[in-house]
Amino acid sequence: MFETSLTAADFLFLAKGAGMTIIVTAISVVIGTILGILFGVIRVQLGAILSAPLTFFLDIFRSVPLLIQLVLANAFLGMVLKLQLSGFFVACMVLSLYTSAYCAEIVRGGIDAVPATTRRAARSLGMTWVQDMRHIVMPLATRVALPSWIGLALGVMKDSALVYVVQVTELLKSTQILITRLQEPLFLLLICGAFYFIISFPLARFGGYLEKRWSND
Amino acid sequence: MFDYTFQWNQALARLPRMLDGAVVTLEVAVLSMLIGIVFAMILTLMRLSDSRPLKAIAATWIEIARNTPALLQIYMAHFGVASFGIHFSPFTSLLIGITFNNAGYLAENFRGALKAIPDTQARAGRSLGMSSLQSFRYIIVPQMLRISFLPMTNQMVWAVLMTSLGVTVGMNTDLYGVTQDLNALTFRTFELFAIAAVIFYIITKIITLGARLIASRLFRY
Repeated sequence: MFETSLTAADFLFLAKGAGMTIIVTAISVVIGTILGILFGVIRVQLGAILSAPLTFFLDIFRSVPLLIQLVLANAFLGMVLKLQLSGFFVACMVLSLYTSAYCAEIVRGGIDAVPATTRRAARSLGMTWVQDMRHIVMPLATRVALPSWIGLALGVMKDSALVYVVQVTELLKSTQILITRLQEPLFLLLICGAFYFIISFPLARFGGYLEKRWSND
Repeated sequence: MFDYTFQWNQALARLPRMLDGAVVTLEVAVLSMLIGIVFAMILTLMRLSDSRPLKAIAATWIEIARNTPALLQIYMAHFGVASFGIHFSPFTSLLIGITFNNAGYLAENFRGALKAIPDTQARAGRSLGMSSLQSFRYIIVPQMLRISFLPMTNQMVWAVLMTSLGVTVGMNTDLYGVTQDLNALTFRTFELFAIAAVIFYIITKIITLGARLIASRLFRY
């Protein structure tokens, strides 16, 4: 009843694309989260006025389409600075900064959610700033921030579909290549969609579960 | 190493065409948002209904919209449905893709907002003699829209940014499409896309600031 010219080799090609999607996402989320925590803490610590330049810089990543960010970064590094960088490097760099911009916002929200009195209590018990951050703020802020962070990580995975503009063949691009050859767009797009869905849906559900569990106490 | 000559004049000379593109971008974003809100309302109502199939359809729509890339949804609307012999123009495909995405996210926002409204509100409406539809329309919906106003603003910004994906289905009248065409013509990639980025930045700023202004007007009480 149903026939397709999709061969095992083609399927392997798709799997490779999926692997690329996961690698790019993993690298960007890890670097982006580290930077995001740093930026978030700096923003809270410096206050609104002193951190305005940083806020503006991060705001750019949230106000310009990712596609343009990638093209611009590629043009700037490749044509202006004449650096010989791989598309993979540019993709990870842009996505990391993109992630960090959103992550900084989440971290800031998490830290702001810790009552000032709690932090003052910690400091008056003789804790240093680092101890206060490590033992008081971090555990409490994580509860607020983790569900949103899961959402962010999944968002980055979905947005990583755009890195094709810098010649990185991830899942959606490999799907498109196969579509051009096999002329079975619906079937191939369904496979591609199913892959994203299988990764994203359970994690999104888990995030929702954490949010529900941690908000009622 | 640094021997690149910026030629801003060449790029700036194309600014009028890019601004025309920005208008199309805004058009798509606003349309997708308006239609998206209507669909999100319908999805929310379907979720609240007692009918299982309706609930399942709404849940499927929302989960697919939220758990697959927007680009894939646009591809589906363009190349996917072509398998059934339906061919949309790039504009329509882009609009369908973004609207589908918007509706999914907005429906989820509406659900969160509905949870925040106490049941007693609807019951108070009913005991004042309103029909259940009236109490939904006049008591629940206004509060729901108010609570989800900020997420809606965010979604609007997202919609503007998502229009840049139209280029993948052959759209060449929106801001990104125009920029890409001009790039093929002049090859001033950095200058042209930098200007496009600035235009996008200004558009999103106008939206967020405008929304804040509207919010302070509407929700003063």
